Amino acid sequence: MDTGIEPVRVNPVKEITTYTDSRDVLAKARKQADERNFDDVFIADIDAHHTETESWREIITYIDDPVVREQAKEMVFHRSGTPPYGLNGDLAMRYQDVGGRIPHQAARSEKVDESEIKEAGHRDLVLAKRAYEAMGIDVQVVFPTPMLFLGMHPQFDMEAILGKAYNRWQVENILKKDPKLKTMMFMPFNDPESALETIEEFGDAPGCVGFMVTSVRYKAVHHNHYMKVYRALEERGLPIGFHAGYYWQDPFMMQINRFGSMHALSFVWCNVVHMTNWVMNGLPERFPNLPVVWIESGLAWVPWLMQRLDHTYLMRSSEAPLLKKLPSEYMKEMFYTCQPMETDHPKALELTFEMINAKEQLLYASDWPHYDFDAPSAIWDLPFLDDQAKRNILGLNAKRIFDFNR
Amino acid sequence: MADLYVGRTEEFGDRDRKIIAQGDLEIGVFHVDGEFFAYENNCVHQGGPACQGKIINKVEEVIHDTEKTAHGLKFSETDVHIVCPWHGYEYNVRDGRHPGSKNIRLRPFKVDVKDGEVYVVV
Repeated sequence: MDTGIEPVRVNPVKEITTYTDSRDVLAKARKQADERNFDDVFIADIDAHHTETESWREIITYIDDPVVREQAKEMVFHRSGTPPYGLNGDLAMRYQDVGGRIPHQAARSEKVDESEIKEAGHRDLVLAKRAYEAMGIDVQVVFPTPMLFLGMHPQFDMEAILGKAYNRWQVENILKKDPKLKTMMFMPFNDPESALETIEEFGDAPGCVGFMVTSVRYKAVHHNHYMKVYRALEERGLPIGFHAGYYWQDPFMMQINRFGSMHALSFVWCNVVHMTNWVMNGLPERFPNLPVVWIESGLAWVPWLMQRLDHTYLMRSSEAPLLKKLPSEYMKEMFYTCQPMETDHPKALELTFEMINAKEQLLYASDWPHYDFDAPSAIWDLPFLDDQAKRNILGLNAKRIFDFNR
Repeated sequence: MADLYVGRTEEFGDRDRKIIAQGDLEIGVFHVDGEFFAYENNCVHQGGPACQGKIINKVEEVIHDTEKTAHGLKFSETDVHIVCPWHGYEYNVRDGRHPGSKNIRLRPFKVDVKDGEVYVVV
């Protein structure tokens, strides 16, 4: 008898928490991928993260200096609370998960069977695969998280010591074991000599598709010390990326009381400063074949800065004599990762895409598992893009500057 | 129009929910303060699972009536929010609207309770 009452299924995942399987957290991303046939679209995610502090006990064993390594082991293995040895930054003021409202940002404490870890080679690899498969991603560039603060470390040499240990750990435990995972290798930028050594040591490492500067630092990117670093990258055909971050202890940011307000500004401000120095000191003229990628500052800052710098340059060209065209024209030739893409003002977004030549220069990035991640559908569903532009941004633009066969 | 059977009322504790699905349509059915509410489990932001996040009281700022000075935050005694776990968009459980924009709203469904049985009308 037809009762008119239709049977329904019940989703067993009533509430998503830090213990929920990534595949359940991202079930709707999988559905979006199926509906848009992403399995037939090459998707390169140029910015995703793992939480390296979860593997800190392993990473510190890769520290070169025997004294520092011993100190690290004593702290990590024997001190209560097991702090991640040597890391600076605001490890207890990281409120990205909005008081537990966004669980995947806080932790991914989901169940992973020992057999899965054994098969994959590392827990991080299991978690990464669950997420990239859910989103339909073909290749994913992975970065660390708390290490993004290392440019502000009070001990000059610690950025290089920990950076090298992390790089070695990542090559052995992540990059060699999953060919879909790549990285722009952590470069200890405060010390140009160490940065150069890093390029020499890891430039040919499996999965290394470029080198990354953490943007939170007070170092002028146009200083003569860095020219040999840029030249080395240009000669090797490896892009440089400036990965943004926040820094609440910055004197200006210290006026801000809410995490979100600070995060909205600070994540952009560091790259605004570096971009300004990069352009006005003529670095695009000096290294015309070095691809530069600006990572995780969103996009809205770019047209704003283009307008500010063009306006200033035209009145004061004698202060930027290396420039042969407008600052905005150089900026239009650089690369940008999209996330977190400001989508709430569609006309402004469309104009931004036009101003940055997005169809050629924009690179998809998820930033998974962070609180403001963007699934690939954020690009695919934009009404003003044609099919080719969508495919370019989701993966083909990245293929032009990154060698994913490395 | 059809009635989707969700369950019996006694299956729901306070601030409890069920996530039901039929075909491609997924609906969160909430039981808050003795009332039932239902919304499509689809965040208007990026299509996240808006009905599978925290149920939490709205946060309010304490402002002095005349001085307009700020005195910290508190939880609302009346307004309850459901939070999309993908990016934190919050919606009032009573009308499905975002606190900052009436235009940002979850798709609502009518809930009928008949003889202790809960149905969603779609």
